[in-house]
Amino acid sequence: MGNSLLVGTRKGLFRIERDDVGRWGIAQSWFLGDPVSMALAEPGSQRLHAALDLGHFGVKLHRSEDAGETWTEAPAPAFPPKPDGLEDKDPMQGIDLPWNTQLIWALETGGPGELWCGVIPGGLFHSSDGGDNWALVRSLWDDPRRQKWMGGGYDFAGIHSILVDPCDLAHVTVGVSVGGVWSTQDRGANWRLIGSGLRNAYMPPEKAGDPLSQDVHRLAHCPANPDRLWMQHHNGIFLSDDGGENWRELHDVPPSSFGFAVVVHPTDPDTAWFIPATKDEQRFPVDARLVVTRTRDGGRNFEVLHQGLPEEPAYDLVYRHALDISGDGERLAFGSTTGSLWISEDQGDSWQSVSKHLPPVNCVRFELTT
Amino acid sequence: MPTLNFTPNLRRHVETPAAPVKGATVRQVLEMYFQVNPQVRGYILDDQGALRKHMAIFLNQELICDRSDLSDSVQENDDIFVAQALSGG
Repeated sequence: MGNSLLVGTRKGLFRIERDDVGRWGIAQSWFLGDPVSMALAEPGSQRLHAALDLGHFGVKLHRSEDAGETWTEAPAPAFPPKPDGLEDKDPMQGIDLPWNTQLIWALETGGPGELWCGVIPGGLFHSSDGGDNWALVRSLWDDPRRQKWMGGGYDFAGIHSILVDPCDLAHVTVGVSVGGVWSTQDRGANWRLIGSGLRNAYMPPEKAGDPLSQDVHRLAHCPANPDRLWMQHHNGIFLSDDGGENWRELHDVPPSSFGFAVVVHPTDPDTAWFIPATKDEQRFPVDARLVVTRTRDGGRNFEVLHQGLPEEPAYDLVYRHALDISGDGERLAFGSTTGSLWISEDQGDSWQSVSKHLPPVNCVRFELTT
Repeated sequence: MPTLNFTPNLRRHVETPAAPVKGATVRQVLEMYFQVNPQVRGYILDDQGALRKHMAIFLNQELICDRSDLSDSVQENDDIFVAQALSGG
């Protein structure tokens, strides 16, 4: 159903809960004062993960086995020693690429005890023991094309989207900003760069269709039909019916096809939601009118949803991980850079404001244990 | 034996008791300390074992010279202080 959600913010992690009469509010808080870049509630268990970005002191992972009653620090994904003399430079800046985890940007479950973690500067890590040990996925990191990945909003490239195929847990697809879409069929032993049909407008025209230079803002799939992928791209909205091999661009999406977040209905692959912003440097709602867009027909038509969202000018930006949908597809929640949080209980037809005073929101995730 | 101290700002995240620790270099002192307090390592050193970008180590009130290999020599009665570079007003 989705009666509670985790909200990771620049100043801590919050649990938001629904009471018996349908009001949502802050129920618990943890790590107050510390940036939480990602949170994960493992489905069907009481296990939670929180990724902290402590700045001076580095990136940390904390884990709870009792739904947040207690937390303990767990090992954070760390890069292996960089070989002496290895030339590994950021292509945009010409400086040495740090073999250091700078931000945990994606955290997903796979099979039992299996976790995948995407980080800046572009590493993908895998754990087969619930996060007690992490290993850099060398097959992807050592691919020479990885050295052509580049930073988008951050100084270095990062993996922000990890899609584990529920029908085949060895099939994993990741989205990279900026580095395109990569897919493995064998749990990370081998990778293919996919993404025919994607288009960028920020490279020389001859490179517009280059799969490697695509700035994927967020990837989402329909769990009931995992070959149907939706993408919020720097350039617009794209759709794939074959697991990301081929994409088609959706044009004339009102009021803008620029944004960061996308979610897909868990059983209806034609239904997806986006939160548009002004393309591309300005990054606030078009005409300062905060709306959510929804398609129910595979992108042929989009509805602009705003009931319950601010009537006054609003300058909220919603990051790529700050929109989520409940397991039954009925409820959605999103948080903004200006610390607002909204929830819908009717697939986005109407929204209720939960708070206008949270710290800037990094991620929102429904807990599937409730 | 050299004495190792840490900024109190670390205590909110991890226990860092001051301690006399054997070692002939800053690296050796820290490695000895991490054997007893393994969780502290990641707060001080990055993935490559270098001093984190915004951390500082003072050896007898002077910044160490070698932030990568931590090879600065340490004497018997030296004081080592691990600090963070504070920013903002």
